[in-house]
Amino acid sequence: MSSDIRFTDFKSDAQPTWCPGCGDFGTMNGMMKALANTGNDPDNTFVVAGIGCSGKIGTYMHSYALHGVHGRALPVGIGVKMANPNLEVMVAGGDGDGYSIGAGHFVHAVRRNVDMSYVVMDNRIYGLTKGQFSPTSREDFETSTSPEGTKQQPVNPLALALSAGGTFIAQSFSSDAQRHAEIVQQAIEHDGFGFVNVYSPCVTFNDVDTYDYFRDTIVDLEDTDHDSTDYDDAKEKILDADKEYQGVIYQDENSVGFEEREGITESMADIPDGAPDDAMDLVREFY
Amino acid sequence: MPDDLNWAIGGEAGDGIDSTGKIFAQALSRAGRHVFTSKDFASRIRGGYTAYKVRTAVDRVESVVDRLDILIALTERTVDENMDELHDDSVIIFDGERTMMSDFEAPGEMTGLDVPLKRLAEEAGGAIVRNIVALGAACEVAGFPIENLDEALEKRFGDKGSAIVDTNKQAARLGQEYVQDEYDLTTDYELETTDNDYVLLNGDEAIGMGAIAAGCRFYSGYPITPATDVMEYLTGRVDRYGGKVVQAEDELSAINMALGAARAGARSMTATSGPGIDLMTETFGLIAQTETPLVICDVMRSGPSTGMPTKQEQGDLNMTLYGGHGEIPRFVLAPTSVAECFHKTIEAFNLAEKYQTPVFLVSDLAMAVTEQTYEPEQFDMDAVEIERGRVVDEDDVEEWTNEKDQFTPHAATDDGVSPRTFPGVEGGAHMTTGLEHDELGRRTEEEEIRVEQVDKRQRKVETALEREDWSPREFGDSDSDNLVISWGSNEGAMLEAIDFLEEEGVDVRFLSCPYIFPREALAEEIREADEVIVVECNATGQWADVLEHDALERVKRINKYTGVRFKADELAERVKQELAGETAEVEAE
Repeated sequence: MSSDIRFTDFKSDAQPTWCPGCGDFGTMNGMMKALANTGNDPDNTFVVAGIGCSGKIGTYMHSYALHGVHGRALPVGIGVKMANPNLEVMVAGGDGDGYSIGAGHFVHAVRRNVDMSYVVMDNRIYGLTKGQFSPTSREDFETSTSPEGTKQQPVNPLALALSAGGTFIAQSFSSDAQRHAEIVQQAIEHDGFGFVNVYSPCVTFNDVDTYDYFRDTIVDLEDTDHDSTDYDDAKEKILDADKEYQGVIYQDENSVGFEEREGITESMADIPDGAPDDAMDLVREFY
Repeated sequence: MPDDLNWAIGGEAGDGIDSTGKIFAQALSRAGRHVFTSKDFASRIRGGYTAYKVRTAVDRVESVVDRLDILIALTERTVDENMDELHDDSVIIFDGERTMMSDFEAPGEMTGLDVPLKRLAEEAGGAIVRNIVALGAACEVAGFPIENLDEALEKRFGDKGSAIVDTNKQAARLGQEYVQDEYDLTTDYELETTDNDYVLLNGDEAIGMGAIAAGCRFYSGYPITPATDVMEYLTGRVDRYGGKVVQAEDELSAINMALGAARAGARSMTATSGPGIDLMTETFGLIAQTETPLVICDVMRSGPSTGMPTKQEQGDLNMTLYGGHGEIPRFVLAPTSVAECFHKTIEAFNLAEKYQTPVFLVSDLAMAVTEQTYEPEQFDMDAVEIERGRVVDEDDVEEWTNEKDQFTPHAATDDGVSPRTFPGVEGGAHMTTGLEHDELGRRTEEEEIRVEQVDKRQRKVETALEREDWSPREFGDSDSDNLVISWGSNEGAMLEAIDFLEEEGVDVRFLSCPYIFPREALAEEIREADEVIVVECNATGQWADVLEHDALERVKRINKYTGVRFKADELAERVKQELAGETAEVEAE
């Protein structure tokens, strides 16, 4: 780990195929800045991504990375971190990947509280399959598969995280580059599961949750007297359906990562050339 | 007098049947006798018939037979359930003072020993030791020195203090003395003891022990019968070596966590049974496509769907051979005995890392719940070799980087095996993906690269075919034209069946297959033999289908799908019938 790491060291030479203007560019840049700012380098960083536009992120970044199957990025990230707690593990996903097919894993990853960060690019639509509603789409949102609106409530990912015992719950806006990078950095620095829901607009299929919409409505918690260590204050903000907040909404300062609580401090990669020296004791247990 | 004895205790789940059976099995094992156990149980915690059976002899015992000599019946239903296996010389121990057994009379010529188990237990110190009273009575019937029980009781109850141990010892003696005083036994079983030291373990435990011996450091799984014992064995034990077991939220998560740990460099495994394998199937392709070494263990039970969770079957062969969309290079290993569960687990880890593929370790319920005695040397830890394959560290990472200093995790080598860096290795950072990719791991749809990568991955399998020993285990008369082939856990029953057949003048050559892949050599064997019979515990003959396809020749089939494993004498009879050209009726149990 060296101090002269710049965020561009996390950039690969692959050309992104995201649509021009996609919110994911800003989301990714913030992730790279946050990784560099926290003193990580590409060789000790592992980025896991799922499926969808967000899933492409591992290709555009330079680090150890895995692009897995739909909705299962979190378990992969947990496995990586458990097997080598010295790595910086960051999982990236979209609202479909994380709150639809992967919703079960999301809740359990939150309560398991492994020391990693999870950045969700929430554009409230399915982009790569060309414009169907997502779990965070509004109830009246008209798409190719919801011509008369979705007729169902959007999921509130922050509330899910809070109810599952989340220890770090934050939200950012990909176009507010400075604040977004800061918030992701705080998620990385948090000891435990650092969850950031990022408003990352889809310029092609979502004409409701646009850059302008977020710019006009977002309230930065830094400009309020919000106390992120106050659970009730956090709950109130999270359940406030009329506002879009940016910032760290809740943080448990006493959080300790699961792998540390399980006593894992070293990489599991090194093993002896043969069976352990005391292996015959395992056999003798069966006398 | 018979030294090969079949003993059972049966009653309701929750009656302590398992622990009593295990104590007896351990006592026999410590007395230098071989033991082979089996269980009848239902998928419920309390109530319902359950039994623990122990077959014991001084010589090795490899299977169950259709005979029961001594039965401790805590309920009358226990007698009904086992009526087919009881014979005129059988002895039934029961408690006539219990309401449910008060009218009981031993059927036919059998000897019924009415022992007031509860009353004697209370005399010894508490009704809870009722089963131990019965065990003492059984020792008397079996001609097994009761002192041998003491050690097993100490092992079992030592943690609870000497008073508990003494109560149990006393209970056993009261049971023994009651039979001595009240009955003039006409049976004369006599269980000899020896100085041999054996260990007693089941297939799931052997898999867990093999995993630790092989350097497994990460296990994630979801509880499911009959694979859970693997997870329970590893929990706590793998920690001693710096590893960890994680109980995941579901099987999808379990296999993906194991995949993540494997990418981070840990030897990694998951185990499940049929319904769990279905869920994991999604990730099979990802493992193969990302070239991640992973051991996936399927301890089969009766399917389909939730089927019969506590019953035996070998129904998942097709699933492990073909499961997953697209074409997935893989290896499938099927241990043929409890000891082979240990050895094949170690081999599975080596194959997975040498060839960077998924390796399926296919066991089944019969081995999972069977406890068997072995000489400890069978689990020779000094002989364990760890082969990690083409792992690249800081020093030689450059050899595998391109002109732009990019590491090539999917380099198209001659043997198909690519270099592998663990995260943290400087200069080795790379992308890996389930998408088709180039040597760098980057997505591509270019025809040429697609073909190159598919060929590369397939080449690993061809390399393994040349470099590894895939021989089946051969038994019986090597000159015989009658060839019997089976896979997985049928080996023990077939080994004893060979002896039965020999007595009747029928010779067979037996190939027991722990490798379901590759199988060219087997096809050759089939073409050369006169009669070929494929034995398997399923209805459709999945292995027979594969072999017919390979050999382009028809084979005979013996299938059993009642939920109960083959018994040696039953199997001998069916082999005889097949060779004689008679079609055996499938017996429903």
